[in-house]
Amino acid sequence: MTDNGRLQLAEMFEEAREQNRAVLLPYLTAGIPDVGTSIEIFAAMAAAGADGFEVGIPYTDPLMDGPVIMEAGEMAIRSGVTVDVALEVVTAIVTETGKPVLVMTYVNPVLRHGIDTFFAKVRAAGAAGVIIADLPADEATPFMAAAETSGLGFVLFAAPTTDDDRLAGVIDADPAFVYAIAEIGVTGERTDASSNVARLAERIRRLSDVPIVFGVGISTPDHVASAARHGDGIIVGSGIVRRVLEAGSPAGAASDVGAFVGELVTATKRG
Amino acid sequence: MRLDHPDDRGRFGDYGGAFAPETLMPALKELEEAFVAAWADDAFHAELDALLEHYVGRPTPVYHAGRLSEELGIDLYLKREDLAHTGAHKINNTVAQGLLTKRMGKNRVIAETGAGQHGVATATACALFGLDCVVYMGEKDIERQALNVYRMRLLGTEVIPVTTGTGTLKDAVSAALRDWVASVETTHYIIGSVVGPHPFPWMVREFQKVIGEELRSQLDGSPHAPTPDVIVAPVGGGSNAMGIFYSYAGDDGVRLVGVEAAGLGIATGKHGASLGEGSPGVLHGSMTYMLQDDHGQVLEAHSISAGLDYPGVGPEHAHFKDDGLVEYFSVTDDDAVAAFHRLSRTEGIIPALESAHGLAWIIANAEHLEGSVVVLNLSGRGDKDVQQVAALHD
Repeated sequence: MTDNGRLQLAEMFEEAREQNRAVLLPYLTAGIPDVGTSIEIFAAMAAAGADGFEVGIPYTDPLMDGPVIMEAGEMAIRSGVTVDVALEVVTAIVTETGKPVLVMTYVNPVLRHGIDTFFAKVRAAGAAGVIIADLPADEATPFMAAAETSGLGFVLFAAPTTDDDRLAGVIDADPAFVYAIAEIGVTGERTDASSNVARLAERIRRLSDVPIVFGVGISTPDHVASAARHGDGIIVGSGIVRRVLEAGSPAGAASDVGAFVGELVTATKRG
Repeated sequence: MRLDHPDDRGRFGDYGGAFAPETLMPALKELEEAFVAAWADDAFHAELDALLEHYVGRPTPVYHAGRLSEELGIDLYLKREDLAHTGAHKINNTVAQGLLTKRMGKNRVIAETGAGQHGVATATACALFGLDCVVYMGEKDIERQALNVYRMRLLGTEVIPVTTGTGTLKDAVSAALRDWVASVETTHYIIGSVVGPHPFPWMVREFQKVIGEELRSQLDGSPHAPTPDVIVAPVGGGSNAMGIFYSYAGDDGVRLVGVEAAGLGIATGKHGASLGEGSPGVLHGSMTYMLQDDHGQVLEAHSISAGLDYPGVGPEHAHFKDDGLVEYFSVTDDDAVAAFHRLSRTEGIIPALESAHGLAWIIANAEHLEGSVVVLNLSGRGDKDVQQVAALHD
């Protein structure tokens, strides 16, 4: 395995392309429902075939998140999940599963640490990449420079509302992958598969073959199957976090989520 | 230095910018373009000016508070924003943004409110322009501002309680932004202060600067209209203060004083003094001074005044603080309540608790201000606070 996070992510996408499937990157807030159990849940998801993970560092005012991930974030903050604790969880996941981990957070905790310090710590913890939900390409330059210095992949967003000029700016900035927002709205489970994924993927593909990962509103095997036809990867968050919050016991959480992720992984195979 | 407009990244010096989810970025660009076009359009100004005169009741008077001046040994003038329609300066901004909403072809408006004054002003503009309106309000604020909740409902607005986080203004802004992420194609967010991602801080300042511009012509140095030595305004998000300060900022002859909430006392940690006690960070889409812990988590603010109970402040105030254009101080709940009573008894004017913070600073510093011409921005009337103040004495 390479020691550069961005290359690790690239290898993950390449392997899945060769196997004619999309990667599955489940999201869970670090330390939910507690630190030990959250590591067990990540291990169960790896055993079920997840390709990598998004580990959420909680923030008090998560503008991109719906009620389920907000609740998980509030719970994590109350129980003392700081950036350092979350990065301990990252290290444990990487050690235990060997899968690439992306850290997902909001811009203020990063600024409070200092951009360079934050990225160096994230890389030292063993993560492969960073996603910052409220950081548009316009403000990303110093963050992307720090990611490059630290050997981390950095992710930028494209939304169905993103116009062609902005999309070109996102591609030009050369992110490790484009997080393609499948639904106009905050994170959360939806009933219907997104009608935006085909069009958004086509618009990105016209400009670049950068990996495309769909997220927001993807919560069932059917949604995953639909998105897998158009992108290189899929992030599922609220569907997993809700199962963890609703589980009766730690062991139950790991087995419920493992079984769910197994179904999602099956749906990532094309054709 | 005072800037006419922020730079092309939406910055006032180090502060401002647009830190928002990508889904919103195109709408922020669209809003900036719509605002720039409208603000350069005589027809927009003509329509807005007519509404400000005949509907809002501008210009608002400047009143010489004679009895209180005598007691304090200063020459105290009140800029009577409390006499604007709906009882606060907030209507200046909502009427203008309502017009802009129509120009952009959107038919739904969302807003946040703390004390309820911005919510009422938004509900009013939406009734006037025939727009659907939803206002997010923290559950704690809904309790302490029941009158304004009922006013909004009377005006046809849906008030949605926000139960997340601290249940106050901060969480109402977050909830409104989350709604906007989902509804951005049909909805305009009428933000209530000089906060949020670019272009909001700039645009709201432009819509509120009429307060200071009027004051300049009202206190022009002619007989019985001396030019101000000191202008004082309360600062929560900072829209009334920016409105009255802006045209004086950088004017050497005039001292500008912003007054934040010291709540139960700065030493208790229960306050809303983002400029005085906070540090730079990103809150609600812009870089500014904010109350945060060592991990970058946003801290709960405290003030008896719901409008000052906010852990951030407009980015242009952050710039003014660093540049020394405005001095910022803070006043406790108790001193604000005492000033609330004093203005009521001496002048027959019941001020909003927000405005009472400005007056409390003047009272506390009257000795140093002796003989000065002092203007207080009386940003709102206090009817909404009467029940809360009465409860203090039960």
